[in-house]
Order: sequence, then structure tokens, then C-alpha cells
Amino acid sequence: MEENWLKNIWHSTGTGFKLTLAVCTTALLTISVFAYVNIRSHSASLLAEVERHANQLSESVRLSTEYDMLLNHRDRVHESIKRVGNQRSIQRIRVMNKAGMIIYSSDAAEIGRMVDKKGESCYMCHAAGRPLERLEIKDRTRVFRPAPGSSRILGTITPIYNAPSCWTAACHAHPRDRVVLGVLDVTMPLAEVDKDIRRGQLEIAVFALSAILALSLITGFFVKRLVAAPVAELVEATRRIAGGELGHTIPERADDELGLLAKSFNKMTQKLSEARLQLVQSDKLASLGRLAAGVAHEINNPLTGVLTYSSFLLKRTKDRPDLQEDLKVIVHEAIRSREIVKSLLDFARQSVPRKGEADIAAIIVRAETVVGNQFSLKNIKMVKQLDPGLPKVKADAGQLEQVFMNLFVNAADAIGPGGGLITVSSSVLKLPPSAAAQVRKAVCPKRHSLIDAGTPIAGKPSVRLKVKGSGGEGFLHLSAIYGAGGQLCDLPRGAGGPEQFACPDCGLSLNNKNLACPKCGGVTYAFEAPPWGMFEGCAVKGCGWQRWQGADEAGHVEFVELRVSDTGCGIETDNLQKIFEPFYSTKGQKGTGLGLAVIWGIIDNHGGTISVESKVGAGTTFIVRLPVSA
Amino acid sequence: MKKRADILVIDDEPVITRAVQKVCAAEGMSVDMEDGGAAGLSRLEDSSYGLIICDLMMPGVGGEQFLAEAARLGVSTPVIIATGYATLENAVASLAHGAIDFIPKPFTSEELVAAVRRALRCDQLRREAAGGACPAQYHRLGCLSWAKAENEGSVLVGAGDLFIRSIAPLKSLELLRPGDETIQGSACAVAVSEDGDRHPVLCPVSGRIAEVNAAAAANPALLEKEPYSDGWLYRVLPSSLQEELGRLTQ
Repeated sequence: MEENWLKNIWHSTGTGFKLTLAVCTTALLTISVFAYVNIRSHSASLLAEVERHANQLSESVRLSTEYDMLLNHRDRVHESIKRVGNQRSIQRIRVMNKAGMIIYSSDAAEIGRMVDKKGESCYMCHAAGRPLERLEIKDRTRVFRPAPGSSRILGTITPIYNAPSCWTAACHAHPRDRVVLGVLDVTMPLAEVDKDIRRGQLEIAVFALSAILALSLITGFFVKRLVAAPVAELVEATRRIAGGELGHTIPERADDELGLLAKSFNKMTQKLSEARLQLVQSDKLASLGRLAAGVAHEINNPLTGVLTYSSFLLKRTKDRPDLQEDLKVIVHEAIRSREIVKSLLDFARQSVPRKGEADIAAIIVRAETVVGNQFSLKNIKMVKQLDPGLPKVKADAGQLEQVFMNLFVNAADAIGPGGGLITVSSSVLKLPPSAAAQVRKAVCPKRHSLIDAGTPIAGKPSVRLKVKGSGGEGFLHLSAIYGAGGQLCDLPRGAGGPEQFACPDCGLSLNNKNLACPKCGGVTYAFEAPPWGMFEGCAVKGCGWQRWQGADEAGHVEFVELRVSDTGCGIETDNLQKIFEPFYSTKGQKGTGLGLAVIWGIIDNHGGTISVESKVGAGTTFIVRLPVSA
Repeated sequence: MKKRADILVIDDEPVITRAVQKVCAAEGMSVDMEDGGAAGLSRLEDSSYGLIICDLMMPGVGGEQFLAEAARLGVSTPVIIATGYATLENAVASLAHGAIDFIPKPFTSEELVAAVRRALRCDQLRREAAGGACPAQYHRLGCLSWAKAENEGSVLVGAGDLFIRSIAPLKSLELLRPGDETIQGSACAVAVSEDGDRHPVLCPVSGRIAEVNAAAAANPALLEKEPYSDGWLYRVLPSSLQEELGRLTQ
């Protein structure tokens, strides 16, 4: 129960807090051990000092009184002990004889009293019953409290051994066979020392606590600043992006790992929004194509009526000049409508590019000659900075000419009557394959095409496989974009996933029998997708594993990049994303708003991309990228 | 005895049939109208016509099926296919299936009349077997134009002799320029006949024009004299020749 509660708290706290907690716990343990060891050694050394002092004092007292004892000058011995013992640092000095009677003492009241052999001062020698005759120096001291609650006292026992001078002395007080004649007992109060020790303990404890506190605060501060805050920003950014706010960026603070992460995160969102835009655009164009075809079909019949009748009337009323003018307008406008419908249909058809080896530089020169005469009238200069070694691209020269003509006319329109400059430059660059690889051809072993333009996914023709599940059969449509994972399956609900794949034309199996999905272990399909060999994948819902080894191995794709820049009025940022949309036009009556949408379609059909950069008042640059080996 | 009229027009849109009727009637031709392929076919059982104008996309029996059925019934009347769904592939296919010509909607009365006259004349010439034989290895787009693959990979393109003779004599010829793109089934030249009618020449292949026959441009009569040799129009660098030749007749 309690464990769960702790676990919950642990899981719900932030990484920064956990990190700080870990650092602080480590510091607490280390500093506590250090403080404990330090306090112990401090106390021990203070006590040792007192002990040394006591031993030295005992020895001094013994030596200074020895002579008087031999001469049996008892009053002198007494006086010496009394004087020495009255010092503040000494509690008491006394000498006891073998029988335990106090003979001399700094406390005169004690003299003549018997000492209990079980008492603290006698215990060290008499503990074992038979008195010891020799006592090591370290064993001579004892620390005790005379009464519970009183301060500690250190005592030192110094045995007074029998010596020849003792038994030969004139007093004949001591027989020769005695080893120990008595003991000198010096006791010193430890109140001061204990006070020192307590003060030391307090100091070390305060130091340790401050150190831990300071460490926690500093660690916490830096963790919050360097880790928690940037991570929180990242989390917030992912939340926003998940919510569809793809334009959100994180401030890139430093060049450390989190800074790099922020940078790559921003780059990722940028790519994501670009990819989404392209997808949306593809989708829009595809549905618009269908719409345009439908509209053209519907509008053609009434338009035929208008055109036929009006041209017929025009012919029949040659003798009525008053009618002729009006009829001419009707015929002219009807023919104009026909041209608009035709351009719509051209757009809807997005005619498949008829690709050949195309020389981009030559195409640009040709496009320039077509529209160039209006440049000189408008005082527009055109500068071409074309790389002479530009590789040829596989492209439909006619379509590309249309692209550049359209871009040049747009640029000239943007520049306006004041005149300006159009710059065309070229370069070659290499880009990674990633989601750029598209299945454009897919065949079964009998060479039947699997491409289905009738069911596009994300605006691109899909790959169609016949599938059989436990509960029926149907068709599986796969996205043509390698790794995009988009698929549509019309197997009945609850029939389980597809188990058998086959060519819709000849029914030949497309099951990849030798391979279970490396991700989920499911059944996999395989078909040939020229020019990059076998395309393998798993159709299990939510798995989406795919492998197109040829595309992976093809690695980076070489692109020719062409930039068409003008010094025109520029485009507002809000409008930049709209300009490739069909029917978006700033030219009013002059344009249909299809030009850039058609260009977009052409470039997309060539496996390339087109993007735009613009600054209001400074000019606009269109960037066209075309794959060299498409 | 079958009833006889000049033209049968079949379209599911009454505005079209009535417009065609009006325009053709003004040219002195009698016109019958039907609103579907099936009705048109049943009309053929008791009537005969000089020309049929048929829509391509209709509910029920469409233009292509009408062509097939008419051929099965042994009807030799020439058929002009009109289509509002102006996909060139459909137009090319209908020509291969026996249509004499193709007219894209919407059309003007002049374009319609020109197409009708041309078709009637062409059919007459065909019946007289007056057309010079088209040489082998020439691929034809109906009787309108031809393409001949050359050894260098280029394609020679010209107008069919029946087409030219049905509009002859030519007053002038409007041609494209080298470098221009052509698309199979779209107009690549306009031949203007003596009476001022403009007749589009539909291109049999797609590609880029490499060379224009200057001699033919200078002297359109060359097309009438030598339609299959010196009267060629363009040398084209084709973009997808094999696929497109498959849609032509030989």
C-alpha cells in the first residue's frame, strides 16, 4: 500500500526533481559519514591530549615526591600534592597504599579513608581478583562519571613500585618482597574537553547541513535551468505539435545536447509541416482534378449550346450590323469559356510527363525567348547564373518549359512597370531518400501492373493487391510512398487481417513465404517495384513494416536546384502557403489562378519539389528541385 | 424502302441535338435526332443517313458501343464522334474503332459545318475508292493523319490523303514551329480550305517537333500531290512512340 503510494509519487515527479534528489541523497550520505568520522577523531584526539597530560602530570608528581618519600618527609609530600592538586585543571591527586588507604590527597578530608577495591580507581588492577603487578600505560587511564548527570572525569593510576632505595631507606617502612607499594591517582575534569567536543560536533553538523543545503539548491537551480526547463519546453512543444500547431518552434539556447535536441526538433517540425503541406496539396489537387473533370463534362453541353447558337446567329445576321457586335461578344466570351474549361481539363489530366533527357539550361533559354520580348518593354533585365556542368535531368522538356515560362511571367508581373531584375541560378545538391521514394511501377511476376490510379492515397496512385482473409476476400490499397504506412483494406469487418495476397489480374500469389514480418511476425507480401527491386511489407493493421532494399541502397538522391528570383513586390507571409492552391490569384481578371497549381503538379509528377521564399518589398524566389535520375 | 435523311444526331442533351439540327438545316441538310445510343441504333433499322454525329459519353449505349453495334449491323454510314469529355485518348480510340472524325465539344457552328462537310466528302471519296493507298508501315490516325517511324528514332508525320482530298483545294496551311510540343489527338496544324473553313489536322503522335517541312509550308498543294512522301508536315522526336503506335491503325 505504502509502497504503491511512494511509487506513484516517484512516477509523478519530474526528472529534474529526481536528479536533484539523487545528487542530494549521495551528498547527504557522503557528508554524514565524513562528519561522523571527523567528530570521532576530533573527540579521540582531544581525549588523548588530556590523557597524555594526565600521565605526564602523574609521572611528574611521582618523581617530585619520591625523594621526600624516601626521606619520609610526609608533610612535604603532602604539601607538594596539595599544591599541585589545587590547580584548576586537576580535580584531585591522591596516593593510596597497598591496603587501599588514602595516605596523601589534595583533598585533606579524604586522608586516612579506605578505598573500595571494587571502586573505579582500583578496578583496572583488581578486576580479575588477583591484583596486577604491571599496568600498561594505555590501561592506566579511565573515564567515568562520579554521579549520573555530572560531567565526565579522567583518572590516571600510576603504580608506585618497590625499589632498592625503598627497602634500604632509613624509615624501613617497606619490606623488600613487595612489588607495588601503592598507587598515585590523578583525576582531571573533562568538562572543558566535553564542551570542546560538543562545540566541534555542532560545528561539523552545521557545516554538513549547510553543505547539503547549498548543494541541493545549486544542483536544483542548475538542473532546473539546464535540464528541467528545456525538457519542459520540449514537452510543451510536442503537445502543441500533436495539437496541430506545426509552426511552433523551441528557442535554441545553447550548443549542448539539449540545444542540439531543440535544433533537430525544430528542423523536424519544419520538415513535418512541409511534408504535410505537400500531402494536403497532393490531396487537394487530386480532388480538384476530379471536380474539374466533372465540371468540364457538365459545363460542356450548355456551353456547346451557347457557342453553336451564337455563332450560328452571327452567321445568319450578316445583314444586321446592330446585332453583329453583340453576337460577336457572346461568341468571343463563349470561346473564352471554352479555353478556361480546356485549361481546367489540362490541369485535371495533369498529363503524365513524357520524360526524356532534358537540358535544363536549354529549356530555360527557350522559355526566356518566348516571354523575353515583354521583358524589354517593361524594363526588366534577366540574369542567368547557370552551372555549365549541370547534369541532364529525366524530364518532360515541354512541361518544364511551361513551368519556367510561367515563373518568368509571374516574376515580371510582380516587378511591375518600374522595371527590375530576374535572376535564374542553378546548383546540384544531394538529399536523403527518406519518404521521398515513391513506388511508380509495381508488377506481379507475370508483369501485370499493380498500380491503381483510381484509388489514390494522399493524392498519389496506390498499389492494389487482392487479399484473402479468414472471413472473405477484397482489395488492399497501399500508399505509394515508401514507409508512409497508408493503406486501405476492404475486407469485411471482423474477418481478420489479410492472409493471402495475389495479383488482381492473374491471381498469382504475392505472399512472401520466406519471411515473417520482423516487427510483428505477421504474413508479408512482396512484389517487384522497378527500378529498385522487391518491395516487401506487412499488412497487419498498425504494424506497417515495409522494406524496399533498392531504395534504401540507392541512398542520397541527386537533385538539380533552380532558383528563380525577382526584385518584385514580394508576397505576404500569410499568402505564401496559399499560392500553390488552385484558383488562388492576385492578378484578378488577368489570371485563372491555376498557373502555380499546374506548375506544382508538373514538378510533383517529375518527383521534384517546388517551394517559395519571399520578402515583401524585396522580392520572391521560387526554388525548383528536380531529381537527376528520376 | 428505308427512310432517308442526311444526318442523324445522337446526344443525351437536347440543346446539342437541336443546335446541330438548326445549323445543319441552315446548310440545307435534313436532320433526325435521338437522345441515346440504343434509340439511335433502332432508328438505323428503318432509316438510312449520310452521316451520324454521336456523343461519346451517354448513359446506356455510349459512343464506342454505338460504333461497335453499328459495325456489327453492317451500317457503313460515317460517324463523327463528339465528346464533351475531351480526353484525347477517347478521341483516338474512337477513330481506331471506325469513326471518320472527332469533334471536341464545345464547338462553333463553323467548326461543326466544316467537320460535317469534310466527313461527307471524305466518305464520298472513300466510296469511290478514290483515295491513294496508304503505304505499309505507315500508322494512321483514322483517315486524318499518318506517322512513319524513321531509322534514327524520329517520326515523320503527315496528313492523310483522304483528309486532304476532302478539303482540297487548300488555300493555306498553318503549322507549328520547331521545338513545339505535340500531343496525340490534338491539332498540330490547321488546313484552310478554299471556302475558308478551318480544318484541324490531329497529330498521330506526341513529342517535340524537330523539323517542319518548309516546302509544304510554302506550297500547300504539295500535300495534295504527294501526301505520303514530299507532302509530310513534321519530323517529330516522339516521347512514347511504342505505346502510341498501338492506338493507331496500320
